[in-house]
Amino acid sequence: MAKQETVTAGAEDLLAEALSWRGQGHKVALATVVSTWGSSPRPVGSQLIVDDQLRLQGSVSGGCIEGAVVHEAQAIMGGAAAKLLEFGVSDEQAWEVGLACGGTIQVFVEVVE
Amino acid sequence: MKRPLLEALQAARAAKHPTALVTDLNDGRQTLIATQVAGGEPQGDLPLTAMQRTAVEAAVLADRSGPLGEDANLFVHVYNPPLRLVVVGAVHISQALVPMAQLAGYEVLVVDPRKAWANSERFPAVELVDGWPDEALRGLAPDHRTAVVVLTHDPKLDDPALGVALRSPVFYIGALGSRKTHAGRLNRLRDDGLDDSALARIHGPIGLAIGARSPAEIAIAILAQMTQVLHGATPLVKETPLGSDAAAAQ
Repeated sequence: MAKQETVTAGAEDLLAEALSWRGQGHKVALATVVSTWGSSPRPVGSQLIVDDQLRLQGSVSGGCIEGAVVHEAQAIMGGAAAKLLEFGVSDEQAWEVGLACGGTIQVFVEVVE
Repeated sequence: MKRPLLEALQAARAAKHPTALVTDLNDGRQTLIATQVAGGEPQGDLPLTAMQRTAVEAAVLADRSGPLGEDANLFVHVYNPPLRLVVVGAVHISQALVPMAQLAGYEVLVVDPRKAWANSERFPAVELVDGWPDEALRGLAPDHRTAVVVLTHDPKLDDPALGVALRSPVFYIGALGSRKTHAGRLNRLRDDGLDDSALARIHGPIGLAIGARSPAEIAIAILAQMTQVLHGATPLVKETPLGSDAAAAQ
């Protein structure tokens, strides 16, 4: 049995991309879905990365909360502390953005230092 | 996340070590644990108790990210190596299935001893494994995070591969061929000492019944069925209408 060649997987590697952007001297934030209740578009562990040029890769929802996450990520790239965000129909706090599917999700946003 | 920690995480993933990152959601402190690595000491600034470490190992085994035990403030993110797909047969369907499965996140290997089929011209971006399918498959140590599909349509290549797959804990086994072909195959495997409960693990004719005809469509049917089995989803169609499944086109 002989392996003929090595291979790169076709699947996306967001963390590799985040490191690459960081290596180019950009500020990079990482958003991760840490919990979900009810129906939610992306499972726990799903990630979105964004840099200071607003380059985006990945997702934390079907698109309904990405804008708000990116907004928060910009503040965190600007020096604010890492933050746990919550989105959903039951949320009556600062986040006006709801999930179309009616679920609730928590997203942790941190900077790649 | 601190950059050295991210680099360590990427190194562990590249080495295919099951790894977990634990984050304190209150303050962002983190610890990285590469399980199953001798001397794999945790790295980071978040101290964990022995009980918490045990919970992390359980999460890695279950392949489930989420809160660490009862503590909702601690999030454990499991980074397991990718699921593997072993495709036996470097055939036309495989040329479509390989890139699709890679997109879905699988590490794919193609087993075929026939150089005319298994070459980098036909399969430019996948690991090709030479050798007879049973020996080759055994060498790959198929586990519960592996799927095996046999597509050569040649019993002397397909049967040995199925013999090994059926004696392993792989999560999915699929075999190309019409109902008639499949019935003949089951008889031969019975003679090989496999009982009916073992043989029931084979999905044959392979793929969900979506009326697939072209190689790419059959690849979709196969990948859809693998996904269904992986997540324990309810079959979409209980009764397969005759002549409308992937086998019809084979």
